[in-house]
Amino acid sequence: MREVILPGSLEELWRLLSDRPQARVYAGGTDLLVRMYKGLLDPEALICLDRIEELKGVGEQDGCVRIGSCATYGRLVEEPLVRCLPALRKAIGQIGSPLVRNMGTIGGNICTASPAGDTLPPLYAMEAEVELLSREGSRRAPIREFITGPGATCLKRAEILSAVWVKKPQEYNVHHFEKVGLRNALACSVVTMAALLRLGPGGMVEKAAFAWGSVAPTVFSCPEAQEALSGKPLSAASLSRAADLVRNVVRPISDVRADADYRRAVAGNLLLRLLDVAYERKG
Amino acid sequence: MKISFTLNGKQTGVDVSADRKVVEVLREELMLTGTKEGCGAGECGACTILVDGRARLSCLMTAAQIEGRSITTIEGLSQNGGGMHPVQEAFIENGAVQCGFCTPGMVLSAVDLLDKNSDPTREQIREGLSGNLCRCSGYVKIVDAVEAAALQIRREKAR
Ligand SMILES: Cc1cc2nc3c(=O)[nH]c(=O)nc-3n(C[C@H](O)[C@H](O)[C@H](O)COP(=O)(O)OP(=O)(O)OC[C@H]3O[C@@H](n4cnc5c(N)ncnc54)[C@H](O)[C@@H]3O)c2cc1C
Ligand code: FES
Ligand code: FES
Repeated sequence: MREVILPGSLEELWRLLSDRPQARVYAGGTDLLVRMYKGLLDPEALICLDRIEELKGVGEQDGCVRIGSCATYGRLVEEPLVRCLPALRKAIGQIGSPLVRNMGTIGGNICTASPAGDTLPPLYAMEAEVELLSREGSRRAPIREFITGPGATCLKRAEILSAVWVKKPQEYNVHHFEKVGLRNALACSVVTMAALLRLGPGGMVEKAAFAWGSVAPTVFSCPEAQEALSGKPLSAASLSRAADLVRNVVRPISDVRADADYRRAVAGNLLLRLLDVAYERKG
Repeated sequence: MKISFTLNGKQTGVDVSADRKVVEVLREELMLTGTKEGCGAGECGACTILVDGRARLSCLMTAAQIEGRSITTIEGLSQNGGGMHPVQEAFIENGAVQCGFCTPGMVLSAVDLLDKNSDPTREQIREGLSGNLCRCSGYVKIVDAVEAAALQIRREKAR
């Protein structure tokens, strides 16, 4: 029989983790328990973080929003501070189903490190940092360094993800997230894109940040496309050039949901939509 | 492991493996077979229960997680005050039940939805129930039922 323990505080968690170095932590269980009950995973013991209130808060400090790792999606869409992060909020609102969002957490999405994790493209585009906590203390790392491959992070033993820090993207005036899946609800992403733009007078692109999900082993950024657009007016022609650059460098795989060529095409096409997105913003 | 929690308003205890799925504990230990297990992977919603009033998937929770919580299953929904819940009544009146396998989960998701939003649009109802799959009905009558229940609940509140 496998132990499942629910510590009520971080103090208790550190004690449990040092007594049971083989235990696996989990939060909502919407990734871990699926795999465990399918028999793909057989942890010696489980430690559920769900009762540690310190890990669930959302706060604000030095122009950054700090999101506790164990905050559920359901909680986050209701949270006023998350409104300052529109691209992330859009991504969260489309995850799974209301039931999955009542249980799944942002920390679980980051630690699962799936190329199809829907919070990851907006977090990459906003250059989020993760806060990692252990008995010894805390450290911070850019999310793109924390995630090292599909399903792989540099989380150390007896360390947890305690929060994610996101600088308020005030320098941008277009905040976009789009998910292409095979249906509206309960769809694993085929391709996703987060896009942030600062448009100046005359529709001039002053700054751009993009990130794609499901087109490479980890979330994919394309500095070439960002540069190609910067300093140019947002137009069908400039977007089309940037889209070509993206299609040339993405490294998608073929799987049951889509083949690589389709993903490559869509990754570029999602950029083309930015023209509509930006015009809608202007009414 | 001994687990104690409130089940449909009654203090309850069970002795089960800590990592047992909650849906199995309900069906096989407590003989409450209203909660169904369809996919066992979070995708169909047949196993929906209310945990402290919020809809959750009992196929993705370990028994240990319900310690000290208040659980409502479809069997307990009607016990509050005796009669059927307005959502249950509306499902019957609107013919929103065919084989019935999805119904307990649908009803509990609808209860959670109406608790948060007592006047949802049809689109909001569809979105609110999008984690509950029905293979029979085509959903139209289910959405009709939830709309009717919302109206009934608002009427009762206004009284
Ligand atoms: C039906 C269904 C639909 C889904 N749809 C989507 C979707 O549309 N988009 C999407 O991105 N995902 C989706 N998911 C996947 C999943 O819901 C998300 O990845 C969710 O964010 C996982 O969070 P969790 O708290 O449930 O993770 P858990 O299952 O609790 O944990 C996941 C992993 O992270 C580790 N972990 C969790 N929290 C911490 C922490 N604080 N510190 C250290 N390690 C930690 C665990 O050890 C485990 O390895 C879906 C899942 C299901 C079942
Ligand atoms: S059995 Fe739980 S979602 Fe299908
Ligand atoms: S009534 Fe049969 S699955 Fe919904």
